[in-house]
Amino acid sequence: MDKLRLFEQEQINQKEVPNLRPGDTVNVHIKITEGKRERIQVFSGIVISRRGSGINKTFTVRKESYGVGVEKIFPLYSPSIEKIEIVSRGVVRRAKLYYLRERRGKSARIKKKIT
Amino acid sequence: MIGLIAKKIGMSRMFINGNAVAVTILESEPAVVTQIKTKENDGYNAIQVGFVDTKETRITKAQLGHLKKSGSSPKKYLKEFKVSDISGFKLGDKIEMDIFNVGDEIDVVGTSKGKGFAGAMKRHNFAGGPDGHGSMFNRRVGSIGNREWPGRVIKGKKMPGHLGNERVTIKNLKIAYIDKEKNIIAVTGAVPGSRGSYVTLLRKKEKLS
Repeated sequence: MDKLRLFEQEQINQKEVPNLRPGDTVNVHIKITEGKRERIQVFSGIVISRRGSGINKTFTVRKESYGVGVEKIFPLYSPSIEKIEIVSRGVVRRAKLYYLRERRGKSARIKKKIT
Repeated sequence: MIGLIAKKIGMSRMFINGNAVAVTILESEPAVVTQIKTKENDGYNAIQVGFVDTKETRITKAQLGHLKKSGSSPKKYLKEFKVSDISGFKLGDKIEMDIFNVGDEIDVVGTSKGKGFAGAMKRHNFAGGPDGHGSMFNRRVGSIGNREWPGRVIKGKKMPGHLGNERVTIKNLKIAYIDKEKNIIAVTGAVPGSRGSYVTLLRKKEKLS
């Protein structure tokens, strides 16, 4: 198993990623290729889950768009993520914030951590 | 065609051109040429290689004497590769992973995981019967032939039996990564066998035109 971890570590080290936590409000800059052209799209929302380990680690970002909940799952070490901006940290008491799916508007807010 | 012998370490993921690709991580230490078989002597041209270092006490004196001829350290396994041209090989030569480059298409030969005595659904992808409505025909094979004609079961009829633990060749896998220092090689996709089993990597066979 050790050599496997060594391999994964080398893949991981090619990219620097921020320490994301559930409840963080983030802007994820995604590279999108259309034919030959490449552009950057920003997806901003709240990190509601992190899962997996090593190179397989992913995180889920949720946002509300025109009254419809949208969730995107990103592989943390994907090269198509240009950068991840952390807008603010949140105060939450669990690792998975799936309860946000049942809430709308005011009750779907997360208290911001004051730093 | 000379090949590389490698141990299966496990599976992981790599990002190639922005896509996540499943890869199998293999460990390959250099194999040593232990014998060169020639057409005059043996009736065919082949290279015999030894791999996996072991203790001197773990192999017989006869095996040790055979390995000594090439100056090789005690090896656990020997394997032969048929080659058309033996001129490029010397006794004691090392077959290393630089016979391949990243992006090469290869075939991987190994022994698949043994599944024991398996039913026709698992072994031959039969559909089976319905599960509900008191069917009682859940995973059975069904009819295996007719009555008067041909009056026997046709040879090779797919039936339950032993599955796995056989030689399997997976074709057209790509080499995704090579690290000569750490002896690690990664190929796209899955490879036969369990973790820790040995597989042979061969250059893809040229299509006969």
